[in-house]
Amino acid sequence: MSDTAPAPVRTMTMAKALNAGLRRAMEDDPKVLLAGEDIGKLGGVFRVTEGLQKDFGEARVIDTPLAESGIVGTAIGLAVRGYRTVCEIQFDGFVFPAFDQIVTQVARIRWRTMGRTPMPIVVRIPYGGGIGAIEHHSESPEAYFAHTPGLKVVTCSNPVDAYWMIQQAIASDDPVIFFEPKRRYYEKAEVDTTSTPLPLHSSRIVRPGRDATLIAYGPMVKTCVEAAEAATDEGRELEVVDLRTLSPLDLGPVFDSVRRTGHAVVVHEAPVSVGLGAEVAARITEECFYSLEAPVLRVAGMDVPYPPSRIEEDYLPDLDRVLDAVDRSFSY
Amino acid sequence: MSEVRGARPDEAEPAVQLLTPEGERVEHPDYAFTGDDAMVRDFYAQMALVRRVDAEAIALQRQGELGLWPSSLGQEGAQIGAAYAMRSQDYAFPTYREHGVTITRGIDPLRLLAMFRGVDTGSWDVLEHNTYMYSIIIGTQAVQATGYGMGLERDGLVGSGDPERDAAVVCFFGDGASSQGDISEGLVFAASYNAPVVFFCSNNQWAISEPSERQSRAPLYRRAAGFGFPGVRVDGNDALAVHAVTTAALERARSGNGPTFIEAYTYRMGAHTTSDDPTKYRLADELEHWRARDPLSRVRTYLERSGAADAAFFDAVDADADALATRLRRECLTLPVPSLAQTFDWVYAEPSSELAEQLARHQAYADSFEEAR
Repeated sequence: MSDTAPAPVRTMTMAKALNAGLRRAMEDDPKVLLAGEDIGKLGGVFRVTEGLQKDFGEARVIDTPLAESGIVGTAIGLAVRGYRTVCEIQFDGFVFPAFDQIVTQVARIRWRTMGRTPMPIVVRIPYGGGIGAIEHHSESPEAYFAHTPGLKVVTCSNPVDAYWMIQQAIASDDPVIFFEPKRRYYEKAEVDTTSTPLPLHSSRIVRPGRDATLIAYGPMVKTCVEAAEAATDEGRELEVVDLRTLSPLDLGPVFDSVRRTGHAVVVHEAPVSVGLGAEVAARITEECFYSLEAPVLRVAGMDVPYPPSRIEEDYLPDLDRVLDAVDRSFSY
Repeated sequence: MSEVRGARPDEAEPAVQLLTPEGERVEHPDYAFTGDDAMVRDFYAQMALVRRVDAEAIALQRQGELGLWPSSLGQEGAQIGAAYAMRSQDYAFPTYREHGVTITRGIDPLRLLAMFRGVDTGSWDVLEHNTYMYSIIIGTQAVQATGYGMGLERDGLVGSGDPERDAAVVCFFGDGASSQGDISEGLVFAASYNAPVVFFCSNNQWAISEPSERQSRAPLYRRAAGFGFPGVRVDGNDALAVHAVTTAALERARSGNGPTFIEAYTYRMGAHTTSDDPTKYRLADELEHWRARDPLSRVRTYLERSGAADAAFFDAVDADADALATRLRRECLTLPVPSLAQTFDWVYAEPSSELAEQLARHQAYADSFEEAR
C-alpha cells in the first residue's frame, strides 16, 4: 500500500462516503460513468462528485446540458452500448422532466426485450427537507418510483450504508433510483472500507427494543433513533427498523419485530396519503393481524405542497410527533 | 402561397431531388447518387416488399388478427433510402412506423406483427441487428440515440478513419415528434458533445389529425441552424436522393464531424393507424397530389425506361413479396402467446422475492379453478 492510499477505516460524512463509493466503483469498472449538472469542476452542488472529473476525465464524469430528460435518456443509449451511468439529479424537485424517460423507458426496457437488455442505470436524487431551501428543493418523491414496476428504489440513512449501497446500486443490472437524504449529507460516521456489507435490498434493525416498532428510512431514521432514546425516559424500549430498500421492500424484519411488539408506527417526510407508509401499514396488517395491539399509525408529511422553509419544522415529522404517535398506539 | 391544388403550404421550399416523380434522373450541386442500377433495382424490390407487408398487416388487422397497425404506405422511399445508406455497424432508433427500416436492417417482419398482435412488446434483439425497438412514446428515442452515439465515441468507433469500424446512429422521428421536448434535448446533447447522430425527420405532413404547420411555422430542417449543425430537406419520396443525403450525413457523423438534421419531405398516404379515419380531417385533393409523387412508381418508370429492369424482374419482385406475405400470414396466426408468469421473469435481472410471492399467490388462485374442473 502506498503512502497516499487511504486508511481502510475512516471517519466520513455521508457526502464523502458517497464520493468514496463512486470513486471505488469507477476504479473497479471502466464502464461506470457519471453524468449530471455541475458535477465536474464544481463537484456537484453538494460536492458528492468532488475531484472525480479531475481524476477520471471529462469522458467519464460528464457535465451535461441543463436537461434532466436528456441526462437519463442518454444514459439509456449508453447502457445499450454496455455503459453503467450514474445520473445525478441536482435536487428532488428537478427529477420530473426526466420522469418520462425513467418510468416509460428505463423501467421497461429489460421487460420489453424479454429480459435480453439490462438497464444498469443509477439515478441519484438528493431528497427531503430540513435545509431551509426554496420551493422544489425539499421534496420526497420516492413513492412515484416505488410504484413503478421495473425500478428498484433504495435510500441510505448513514455514511456506512451510503458507501456500500451506492456501489451495490451501480453493480446491479437493474435500474436503481438512489435517494440521498440531503440534510444528513454532512453527518459523520466511521466507515470500514474492508468490511462485508449487507445485501442492497435488505432492511435492518438499527436499534433493538421490545415495546413498539418504528419503521423509517432515509432522513427519518435518525429522527426515530433519537425518539427511541428519548422514550427510554418513559420506560419504553422502541425498536427502529431502517427500511433501506423501498422497492422491493424487505419487510421480513418488520413483521418479526411487530409480532414481538404489537405496535407499529411508520415515519416518512413524504405526504401521508398513498405513500410508502400506507403500503407498509397494509402489509403489516396482512401479515401480523393477530399480533397487533393497535392499528398501524403513520407519522408523515401532510397532503399539502412542501411549505416555505420558515415553517418547514411544523411540517416535518420530528421526535415529538413520533413519540405522540407511540403514545396514541399505546392508548388505543 | 401555394397555387398547386393539394400541395402542402411549405412544399415550395427547396428539397434535394435526384429522381423526379416522372422518373427522370436529375443532378444536384451538392449530392449525387453513388449507387448503380443494381442498387436502384434493390430499392424497388425492397420498397415493393415493404408495401406488400404493410398491405398484409392491414388485412390481418381488419380480420381481427392484429390489434392495430400503423401503415408505412407512401413513406417507403424515405425509409429504404435511409436504411440502405446505413452500414451494419451503424445503429438505428426507429419509430413505430419505420417498417421499411426495421425490415431492411434484417428484422423478420413477423416480429413487427407479433408486437401489433399483442403477443409481445416488440422484442427483437436490439444488439443483433443494431436496431432499437420501436419507440411508442413520441420523441423519447432522440436522447437515447444521442446517448448511443456518445457510447460509440467512448468506444473509439468514431473518426478512426477505418470505414469498416467507424459507426454512427440514425434517429428516426416524425413531424409530430419535432414538437416534443426530448427531440430538442437530443439535438442539444448531440450538438454539445458533437455526437455521431443523424436526426432523420420523416415529415409525412400529419400527426394523426394535426397538420405539420401546427407543429412548426418554419420548415423543420431549418431548426438545425439554431442548434449549430447542418440541416437539409430532401424529397422523401425519392429513395435515390434520400440515400445520397443520408450517406453524406452518416459519413460526416462517422468521421467525427457531428450531427446532421435531415427532413425527409414525404406523405402519409394511409391512416395514422388502422384505428384512424383521415377522411375527417384531410381532403382527397391532397392524396391525389401525393399519389402522383409515389416513391415506387417513379423508380419503376426509371427502371423500365432505362431498360435497367424488365418485366421478368417486376414479376419476380411481386412473387417474392406475395410469398413473404403468405408466410407472414401463416406464421402470424400461430405465434406463441406467453403466459403472464413469463412476463414476471422479464422485469428484473436480479429477481425480487416480493414479486415471486405475488406470482405464487396468483398461480395458487388460478390453479384453484383447475382443481375445481
